[in-house]
Amino acid sequence: MTAPIPSPNPDRRGFFKRLSAVLIGAVLGLVPLASGFLMLFDPVRRRSQAGQRVKVTSLAALPADGIPRKFPVIASRTDAWNKSPQVPIGAVYLRRSGMDVVEAFNVVCPHAGCFVDFKPEGKSFLCPCHNSTFDLNGAVNDPKSPSPRGLDSLEAEVRNGEVWIQFQNFRAGISGKIPEA
Amino acid sequence: MKPIFAWLDQRTGYRKLVHEALFENVPGGSRWRYVWGSTLTFALAIQFVTGVFLWMAYNPSSQTAWESVYFIQNEMIGGWFLRGLHHYTAQAMTVLLVLHLMQVVIDGAYRAPREVNFWFGVLLMLLVLALSLTGYLLPWDQKGFWATRVATNIAAITPIIGPALQKIIIGGSDYGHHTLSRFFALHAGVLPGAVIALLVGHIYLFRRHGITAKQPFQKPDAAFWPDQVLKDVVACLAVLATVLFFIVRNHGAELGAPADPSEPYSAARPEWYFLFLFQFLKYFPGGTEVWGAIILPGVLLAVIFAMPFLGKWRLGHRFNLGLLWCLLIAVALLTFQAKREDRGNRDYLAAEREAQINAERIRELAGAPAGIPVTGAVSLLRTDPLIQGPKLFAQHCASCHRFDGHDGMGRELAEPPSAADLKNFASREWIQGLMDPARIASPRYLGGTKFKDGKMAKFVKKDLAALTSEEQMHLARVVAALAAEAGLKSQDALDRGGAGEIEEGRALMVGEKMRCTECHQFRKADADATAPDLTGYGSRQWMMEIIGNPGHERFYGKRNDRMPAFAEEKRLGTLEIGLLADWLRGEWYNPPTRPRVR
Repeated sequence: MTAPIPSPNPDRRGFFKRLSAVLIGAVLGLVPLASGFLMLFDPVRRRSQAGQRVKVTSLAALPADGIPRKFPVIASRTDAWNKSPQVPIGAVYLRRSGMDVVEAFNVVCPHAGCFVDFKPEGKSFLCPCHNSTFDLNGAVNDPKSPSPRGLDSLEAEVRNGEVWIQFQNFRAGISGKIPEA
Repeated sequence: MKPIFAWLDQRTGYRKLVHEALFENVPGGSRWRYVWGSTLTFALAIQFVTGVFLWMAYNPSSQTAWESVYFIQNEMIGGWFLRGLHHYTAQAMTVLLVLHLMQVVIDGAYRAPREVNFWFGVLLMLLVLALSLTGYLLPWDQKGFWATRVATNIAAITPIIGPALQKIIIGGSDYGHHTLSRFFALHAGVLPGAVIALLVGHIYLFRRHGITAKQPFQKPDAAFWPDQVLKDVVACLAVLATVLFFIVRNHGAELGAPADPSEPYSAARPEWYFLFLFQFLKYFPGGTEVWGAIILPGVLLAVIFAMPFLGKWRLGHRFNLGLLWCLLIAVALLTFQAKREDRGNRDYLAAEREAQINAERIRELAGAPAGIPVTGAVSLLRTDPLIQGPKLFAQHCASCHRFDGHDGMGRELAEPPSAADLKNFASREWIQGLMDPARIASPRYLGGTKFKDGKMAKFVKKDLAALTSEEQMHLARVVAALAAEAGLKSQDALDRGGAGEIEEGRALMVGEKMRCTECHQFRKADADATAPDLTGYGSRQWMMEIIGNPGHERFYGKRNDRMPAFAEEKRLGTLEIGLLADWLRGEWYNPPTRPRVR
């Protein structure tokens, strides 16, 4: 038996050993982790079912004096594997701003996403969570109001005496009205 | 036995481990102030045990989460107790966390060489708070749903990554099945795993550096076992007793009505220990929310993490202590203010009461023989006349009608009624009032309508004013017969007992004496009839038809006052009109015996 011939460059060999071990180790850990995170991030690429055209009610149901009324928005909704054809997907405030003109607001507070209440006595909207307030036209009416923007108006039109809206949710907490993607 | 233990020790070395665990030296002897870490470990153990058992009955999806918790709470043996134990121990943990943190900082236990252990502790605290935040959503009731919506919307304003972060947390752009599966995976998998890892490190480091003994020593050193252990278990017993007190007092944790994204919940509040953050956000006007929600709490947390280094300065320790006390006082004040504002807010109190009513009602409906449909419990409330009737009435009818003087929801209205009060409509009592010369033209009946001087009012005021006793008896028979047309549940016994009278009454109605059919039609088509049809008066179908179109020939025809045709004009759907009719008729599910009130 002869003693092993010392490597001409032991440091380099040792370095490659360590490097290989670390690399292989990283691969071993990464395969399960990466496949997990890939699926975890799946929702990021999904788009919301934005912009459904929905019939909400009839024009006759809106008081002539321009006081807003709340209506549920009934439409189809996809929840992962379930598709429901006619379920409440949100709610809107509708008010007549003219004889045949209707203004629509999403009831969701642009501050943090609670449902705002309408206060007939003050003719204003009040969010029951952090006290954001809005006037009849949906604009923020108090500089101390925590909401960064007014209520989100929705496209509304009257067709054959029926009120149709383009339903949409918007990102909360920012001053820009950006549709929820 | 001895040789077996010796063999085991030789193979495993367990004796050394046990010795290290139990005979740790406690300089200056055992003290009550050292118990907080142990009580937290104990509380955590409760959470692991109860959590795993709850897991065995819980089902995270938007059609089954609330339903499975309902089942745990109301149907499974001891379910309410197990859930209560988990719920109130979580609350106790928050209190214990604060006590532990205060004790560590007061005693200076965060200073070198224990910096890393302090950080572990702060991380553990954050993990426990994350556990309660995720756990709050899992029952999928209105409270958890709406409060968590606010929390995840706040996560979305995190600069740059916010919107993507929100989507990853809630598993899409909308709340649903995946929100629950993700929160549950965090709550029962990821977070507890992290807690175990950090807790092992925390206890290891604690043992490595030993206890930070409080000077001056009052007693000689003692071993951890049994002196300190005894104090620890007594403290744990006190924690358990407190938790048990709340479980028994409140009959377990509360469970609200199932989450309904279309049903606003004005009483949405986070768990009490997050109320200070909730209140804090009210003070940040539009556009500055990110400061209150993310930047300031982040800075504060960074300062807490830096405490071990700050503590090295001459005044550092005092600064740390002062900061924590200020923080505690601020939290207490904000919490107090949040509670005070809510207590003085009539709308909030009303919303809370309504939430309680809904929670009670859904329990009755879910416990009904029909059970919960596969679509989930939320449809039970949406189709319940008792819950939906008053709301529909308040929105669509109360601008003219009243219900027992109010708008259906119990609110008094400023303007006087301009149509009849519909409480007990078509019952004997109601019809007797209509036939009463003193009452027919009152606001409770026709007083507010254009019929207050109409033929009926004239007939009642004149012809029914002075009746002989025989005529009075006839009128009573007519009232009974007409009321029987409704087939009201509340009159079932009366109707069945008075079958003979009712038969007589029917004959009187079509007879000449009582003159009903001069204007009305009854059980026989009459093209000349000008007043509402009395056939099936107040029955479900009659109600639905008159609400649907009061201007129909069968009812008021062209003489209809102001009442809209709710079906014809598509103001209400068949389901809603049916709910209104059922509610006015008192037709809803009633449990045989009211379940015990929590």
